[in-house]
Amino acid sequence: MNVKNFRIDTLYGILIVILLLPFMNSNINFRHVMVIFLIFAGLGEAWNIITGFAGQTSFGHAAFFGIGAYTSTILFYKFGISPWIGMLAGAVLATVISVIVSYPCFRLKGHYFAIATLAVAEIIKQLFISWDYVEGATGISIPIVEESVTSMQFHSSKIPYFLIAYVLFLITTMTARYIENNKMGFYLKAIRESHEAAEALGIDTTRYKLYAMMVSAALTATFGTLYAQYILYIDPFMVFTLEVSMKIVLLSVLGGLGNIYGPIIGAAILIPLSEYTRVYLGGTGKGIDLMIFGALIIFVACFEPNGILGLLKKKRSRRRGDVYARADA
Amino acid sequence: MLLQIILSGILVGFVYSLVAVGLTLIWGVMDIINFAHGDFLMVSMYTVFWLYTLLRLDPLASLPIAALVTFVLSFLTYKLIIKRVINAPGLTALLATFGLSLFIRNFAQYLWTPNYRFITTSLVTDKKLEMGSVIIGIPQLVAALGSIMMTFLVVWFIKNTKTGRAIQAAAQSRDTAKLMGINTEKIYAVTFGISGACVGVAGALLATFFPIYPESGALYSLLAFVIVALGGFGNIAGALYGGVLIGLSEALGGFFLGTQFKYAIVFLIYLLVLQFRPKGLFGW
Repeated sequence: MNVKNFRIDTLYGILIVILLLPFMNSNINFRHVMVIFLIFAGLGEAWNIITGFAGQTSFGHAAFFGIGAYTSTILFYKFGISPWIGMLAGAVLATVISVIVSYPCFRLKGHYFAIATLAVAEIIKQLFISWDYVEGATGISIPIVEESVTSMQFHSSKIPYFLIAYVLFLITTMTARYIENNKMGFYLKAIRESHEAAEALGIDTTRYKLYAMMVSAALTATFGTLYAQYILYIDPFMVFTLEVSMKIVLLSVLGGLGNIYGPIIGAAILIPLSEYTRVYLGGTGKGIDLMIFGALIIFVACFEPNGILGLLKKKRSRRRGDVYARADA
Repeated sequence: MLLQIILSGILVGFVYSLVAVGLTLIWGVMDIINFAHGDFLMVSMYTVFWLYTLLRLDPLASLPIAALVTFVLSFLTYKLIIKRVINAPGLTALLATFGLSLFIRNFAQYLWTPNYRFITTSLVTDKKLEMGSVIIGIPQLVAALGSIMMTFLVVWFIKNTKTGRAIQAAAQSRDTAKLMGINTEKIYAVTFGISGACVGVAGALLATFFPIYPESGALYSLLAFVIVALGGFGNIAGALYGGVLIGLSEALGGFFLGTQFKYAIVFLIYLLVLQFRPKGLFGW
């Protein structure tokens, strides 16, 4: 079987299954989990472009997520502008900010870069906490209006949110896939494997890392807008924290880094787990849900260090009796 | 007034240094980012608190016990978790330590509720040292002195003992160290233990003037990351100076620009310094 075709079929199969799932089960909790799943799978895909492909670990994607959430919310709250326009504006703003902060950060390598992205996100969080115009630490409750596509508010059903999340997720995944299979993807992976070697081969490393960061930031911001419209309330502690950045990192690493299936698999495991444990155990206020969550993360990391995808690959290669496939897994 | 600010900044900076020294040790030796580092600090604070509440033991007296508890906890962390992920690619070790951090933090919340707790009476509580217009709190002074002592103890240990030299060797090259007959497994576990003891001491010292709650380590974790990177990964002197620099910039930034911006200033300092020294102040 042609390997390339097989891969495309798998992805399309997964995408169709995801689309059909909420129509087969009308449980409101289930549909909620599907929306959150798509948002975080999409965030993982976007993050994967800069970290998985280009090897530049970002611990600060919450910054772009929050900028997307705040831009659309402010435009709607203060000026009554449709969140759809806000979504675009947020994506543009996140792109601009990603250029401003990344350009100096790209001089740093490895952990130094990772901590720098974390620092940038924390600075932006601090600014939003003490910025009165955006209501500071109090946060903004998005005014409830009649449900419509233009206001991006739907009160009677979660299906419209699901469909919007699905479209955003689709755009992000397809963008990641397009980048992966084109010149830029190969450049990024060359940078990941060896910065010096990539430069020696004539790749403008800073430029391509910057492109990757811009695309990643813009896509991340669109999910921020959707998240704000879905929850209908935002504050800096919800969208700008290290927890959001780390959740994106965790699910992508858990699924398998540098692969478009990774974030989907990771989110499919982590999000239902965290949402359902929260629904059933979170009410006690004793943190049992997060305890179980933490323990499971440790468990997976210890027993399957290559991510779930590594496990699947290993299984397949063992079945084929392929000695070499394990080495590249 | 300014002198007062600078002084208190430096004092708290030494505590940051000690936390960062612990972090930089494992970072330098094993290249592992330990997200649970601050949570060990929290465990130490609770140890001190319970010894104080149940046995009426003064925080300074229970300091060695707290350090031992975190040493063992850290040692076990290596043996049970880190050992399995140390050879894994990329960010897997980070995944494990983040899971551990979530687990410890919420376990503490489960056992002891999220309420703030304070140690209200101890040998050092509410005592002050007045020198003209400058007032220094004894708890802060003791914390700073204790941190300096522990830092130098760690430095001495690494420079002058056989185990310490083995740690240095393992940091330079794991394989060469193994060839020289060093049991790297054991060395890594001990390094992790020492790192835990560092935060254990820091936690016990902080417990006299800092609220104790499940999240109390989180801020120290975050600052320690910045300090370690600021000083240069694996560089103990870097962590020491980095801690003081961060303590100072936090105090001065808070004074001149308002306390709400003090951590923003800290992160900004990091970004600025790294523009001139991309591998940290003491990195190469």
